[in-house]
Amino acid sequence: MKKDMQDDTVITVGFVGNPNCGKTTLFNAFTGANLKVANWPGVTVERVEGETYYKGHRLKLIDLPGIYSLTSYSMEERVARKCIMEEEIDVIVNVVDASSLERNLYLTTQLLEFRKPMVLALNMMDIVQERGMEIDTHRLPEMLGGIPVVPVSARKRTGLDVLLHAVVHHYQEDPHGVVVHYSKGIEAKITKLEAALQEQFGEVKNPRWAAIKLLEQDEEIHRQYPMDLPQVLDKNYETQIINEKYAYIEEVVEECLFNRESAAATTERADRILTHRIWGVPIFFVILAVVFFLTFTVGDFLKGYFEQALEWFSGHLSQFLTGIGTTDWVVSLAVDGVVAGVGGILTFLPNIVILFLALAFLEDSGYMSRVAYVMNEIMGSVGLSGKAFLPMILGFGCTVPAVMASRGLENEKDRKRTIMVTPFMSCSARLPIYVLFAQMFFGDYAMLAAYSLYVIGVVAAIVVAKVANWLYPLPEENALLIELPAYKMPNAYTVAIYVWEKVKDYLSKAGTIIFLMSIVLWFVLNYNIHGPAADVSQSFGASIGRFLVPLLAPAGLGLWQLGVALLCGLSAKEVVVSSCAVLFSVSNINSDAGMAALSATLGAAGFGPVNAYAFMVFCLLYTPCAATIGTIKRESHSWAFTLKQVLFQLVFAWAAAVLVFQLGSRLFG
Amino acid sequence: MGKSYQVEKVDVAASITRRLEALGINQGIAVQVMNRKRTGTVIIKVRGTWLALGAGIAAGIQVKEAAQ
Repeated sequence: MKKDMQDDTVITVGFVGNPNCGKTTLFNAFTGANLKVANWPGVTVERVEGETYYKGHRLKLIDLPGIYSLTSYSMEERVARKCIMEEEIDVIVNVVDASSLERNLYLTTQLLEFRKPMVLALNMMDIVQERGMEIDTHRLPEMLGGIPVVPVSARKRTGLDVLLHAVVHHYQEDPHGVVVHYSKGIEAKITKLEAALQEQFGEVKNPRWAAIKLLEQDEEIHRQYPMDLPQVLDKNYETQIINEKYAYIEEVVEECLFNRESAAATTERADRILTHRIWGVPIFFVILAVVFFLTFTVGDFLKGYFEQALEWFSGHLSQFLTGIGTTDWVVSLAVDGVVAGVGGILTFLPNIVILFLALAFLEDSGYMSRVAYVMNEIMGSVGLSGKAFLPMILGFGCTVPAVMASRGLENEKDRKRTIMVTPFMSCSARLPIYVLFAQMFFGDYAMLAAYSLYVIGVVAAIVVAKVANWLYPLPEENALLIELPAYKMPNAYTVAIYVWEKVKDYLSKAGTIIFLMSIVLWFVLNYNIHGPAADVSQSFGASIGRFLVPLLAPAGLGLWQLGVALLCGLSAKEVVVSSCAVLFSVSNINSDAGMAALSATLGAAGFGPVNAYAFMVFCLLYTPCAATIGTIKRESHSWAFTLKQVLFQLVFAWAAAVLVFQLGSRLFG
Repeated sequence: MGKSYQVEKVDVAASITRRLEALGINQGIAVQVMNRKRTGTVIIKVRGTWLALGAGIAAGIQVKEAAQ
């Protein structure tokens, strides 16, 4: 976009709309930002700012959390309302999901009462058309006080310029008139209050709005304009005001929306199966199984190419470095440390890509929010709402955003409990560990072994929540309340952005933490207090590892190398694998040869399938990574809570691994 | 399944009542029950959108059968 310095006025534009109406997708389309978008409500919890230019105007865009109304009941509503009222938002862009027009217009009628310049962005018009619905875009603005109505599709990136054009042209316009006229009784009260407000407080910015809010007994406005008019403010008129707004919306919909019923058939047919009261839960687990089946088989198929490339690179690098006369230790650091560690991790990229592709597909199709309904009873039996399952599913991707997503839950106790169990959901960083160890020790059953860990993660989360609820019961309310979007074909662009963001994260982790840890580890393994160690078993690393051996032996993990790998894994879970590569000096750990070498070494030390399973269980359950610890601290605002969580995870993982090993070795030993 | 009802009264905790009203579940509106579990958790359709409601909330929405 062209930057034109002649006009340096900044137009502040606020994006306001219902949850899941596509505000963030639209915001991303304008600002080039890549904020997290998901097809379930409540992903944006804070306001986010960005910038764009249009025909010489600088536009400051603010993406606000999705809201259904402008009361002061929830955190999101307060954030949005404060931003519109106090900050100088010049233009409100009300993003409306056109495929759900009636409900979305309720917020619109409230926004209109602010009497600020406003543009209606009619989003998801592509879906409306696909479903054969029609919206009269000429009549609609007439019924909404003459504000511009612009059809857009954030997903297909159409109508975007037209929207900015409308913003730039309308930001200085006089406010539109009153759109919703209430019944006589209410209007009489509004008139009286408007007069009283101006008498008592002088210049009130928007007396009609304040009067309406006073009638709704809005706490904030009451504090701001304390009024003593018992005959006017005799009771709470909120319900009546809401009903009258909706009555007006019904008129609008009647005149502007056609063929609405033909549309919903597909979603309803799909929901008869996917959210079936009995089959819903098994279907969910089958879908999960399919996701992991794809992750393993397709991922493995692609993996071969990565390994060949790595082998080639490793060999040539070694030759090249030796050829130009580099000293041995530098060659060793580069080849045994960095390439073995970082390169080893890169070969898992295909598995990661497939996993995220599948998750993105499920999310964007609209299935994920159904899972809150499907799992509601299971979650309810452990004292959580079905909604708490959404952060947990996010945990299959990465624990950090999953812990953050617990913010979407209504109360503090639910939030803390969800934060407590979310790390047990097996994140993508743990995947390389399963791929490696399951394939080494479980042969044909590798996939089953790996899938079982995902199930154990879910079960562990539920059991822990159950025990917590038994110790400190929360009142059982069964107060699930969530909107279910219509099913749709996932959008290639949305899915691509989602996957690319994750791949970028993975690569940058390989380039930073894993790179660093590989170097640190190489030093720790090649040096001791006297300088270069003659043998790895006399290095610093071995000393640290041996210290952990007695602790880990009951879990069948009494090898000093494993102790070191698990310790390093506290920084990030992939590091467990890269550390194994360095620790056991395996150059291409994910290849057949690499696995054979590693399993031979481990096997010689008496490490069999039961040990391997205990190892995977430990990795599944213990503290996922340093970033998770930081996130738990940020979300809970408490170091005490955070440290308790970490300690709990370590003890729990250890106990579970011991149980698995002791039971397993008695059963199969 | 798919049966239509008419909302007579919304009677749950005040804050949830307001949220339901904001979602368009007001007196006299038609709701369709799309899905229902034994525990009373339901998926309803109201004003063209689907909502999943826990039994604790669903029980507080008093309805009568809609005249066909």
